[in-house]
Amino acid sequence: MVDWQTVAQSVAGGLLLGGVYALVALGLNLIFGVMKVINFAHGTFMMLGMYASYWLFTLYGIDPYPGILLVAPLFLLLGVLVERVVVSRILDAPEHDQLLVTLGVSLFLQNLALALFKADPRSIRPLYADWSFSVGGVVLSAPRLGAFLAALALAGLFFWLLRSTDLGKAMRAAAEEREGAILVGIDVRWIYALAFGIGTALVAVAGSIVLPFFTVSPSVGETFLLTAFITVVLGGLGSFPGALIGGLLIGLVEGLGALLPGSLRQLPVFILFVLSLLVRPQGLLGSRQ
Amino acid sequence: MKVEVDPRRRPTIIGLLVILAILAAAGPFLASNRYAIQVATLILLFAYLASGWNILSGYGGQFSFGHAAFFGLGAYTSTILFVKFGVSPWVGMLAAGLVSALLGLFIGLACFRSGLRGAYFALATLAFAEILRVIFVNWDWVGRSQGLLIQLVGDEPLLFQFTARLPYYYIALALLALVSGVALLLERLKLGYELRAIKSNEVAAAVLGVDVFRAKMWAMGLSAFFTGIGGTFYAQYLYYIEPFQVFGVGMSVDILLPAIIGGAGTVIGPIIGAAILVLLGEGTRTFFRGFAGADLMVFGVILVLVILFMPYGVMGLLGSAPKAKKESA
Repeated sequence: MVDWQTVAQSVAGGLLLGGVYALVALGLNLIFGVMKVINFAHGTFMMLGMYASYWLFTLYGIDPYPGILLVAPLFLLLGVLVERVVVSRILDAPEHDQLLVTLGVSLFLQNLALALFKADPRSIRPLYADWSFSVGGVVLSAPRLGAFLAALALAGLFFWLLRSTDLGKAMRAAAEEREGAILVGIDVRWIYALAFGIGTALVAVAGSIVLPFFTVSPSVGETFLLTAFITVVLGGLGSFPGALIGGLLIGLVEGLGALLPGSLRQLPVFILFVLSLLVRPQGLLGSRQ
Repeated sequence: MKVEVDPRRRPTIIGLLVILAILAAAGPFLASNRYAIQVATLILLFAYLASGWNILSGYGGQFSFGHAAFFGLGAYTSTILFVKFGVSPWVGMLAAGLVSALLGLFIGLACFRSGLRGAYFALATLAFAEILRVIFVNWDWVGRSQGLLIQLVGDEPLLFQFTARLPYYYIALALLALVSGVALLLERLKLGYELRAIKSNEVAAAVLGVDVFRAKMWAMGLSAFFTGIGGTFYAQYLYYIEPFQVFGVGMSVDILLPAIIGGAGTVIGPIIGAAILVLLGEGTRTFFRGFAGADLMVFGVILVLVILFMPYGVMGLLGSAPKAKKESA
């Protein structure tokens, strides 16, 4: 029998990581929502974000959290660059061509990382690596709690940006009615580049905040990408609240799955995904395809 | 915007026969060099797999990103039958096709009934392949992540084992001839027209009386059937399978890319695409020996360039298909 304490521990652990999933999914959803492009390179940018934070820590002793101030603008620029050079050319192409182009970008960057950093898994040990808090018998590890809180804070910042700034309004306008947005004088090319840049920065920062408790290697992005795909389909492609709730839900189910033996822990998530496709293909909070 | 290459414009049958005849004649020459025959067999295998994918995704426009599910399940079906029950892989190959087709119909039922299309369908198929990978990685009876070894029994044609490499080449060629023949037939059958109608405009096809669900299910079943058989060939060729290899996203991509590069929705496209990709892969790997990752970096760049500048593949360049307008927004 599994006692409630173990269950509570699993739930807590799952929810904490779920916050990070939500942040990853938000970036993917921003790119999909505004540009209607499914970005296969999303996980790769997360991996690169992890490496950026790793080198900042290892070479200059900069902790991943303050390091966000460097990583975010760097990846905003990288995202804008990738959008202008490659992605902007395929906005009107069929969906599968978009998938393949972003896959090509991902192959290039992932293997660039492999060539530069080799396949060895790397990790950092900040001071707080082993700190933990006990809440009602449930132990919360400090790096994971920090990642969760940081992810929620960034999600909040993102929602504020989207709701209350001119840039956010322009993004939502371009997402909903491209021609209309052009007519009222919004330069959608710029908006698309920024949306891709912000989505990239979000996922890179997600990489920064998991680094204190996650090993980085060139292929680490693949797992997160798959989870992000499942999250956005579950929550509704293009729905931001859906991404947030979907991320937490995936984390929760994965946490409960950890009670199962071996790496069957992933199975409940997949079953949830298939069920949601069958029962509600538009996602929990999505309107329609 | 979808552009169809009119099949009547190209003498596809003659072209296909010429290609197959050349490949058949080349066998003995290739066999004198162990590396050459291996590369050639690889080309035939991936031409075959891409042709199978092409039925569902090239002709029917239902872009699958998870054909590794059928490939892996086929590989495991025949291997389990042989290793655990002593069933000849030739029988296992048929079983592999049928089991994979059943999986295809199940996935089709799940996806098409709820109207999943485009990116949603692609992601759903990807997820199904991953689910299978996780199941097989955790399944003790089939060796978990270690996979299964096929015991060598020497030169036993009845057990799908040959000490020479040439028989594998001709088996792969026969499979390719089979699937290409089916594709050729499909282009002329009602189902083929229905699939292409669905690809260019599903709603319009339905309005015109096409049973969209039925046509998609047929395409899915056929496509999965051929892919499963390919899995058996792969297992018998390498005598070893493991879940990351046969169910991985990389395999799904390897299966679909030859069709994309050569020209999706054409009979000859996948063959040309497989030749280009396998040779390119071998070439970059040899050229960048010792630089892990460099070959796949080049591969990524080429993939991007091909999609950007020749979206209808090699066949799009050869045929008179109008070029797609590519303007940035």
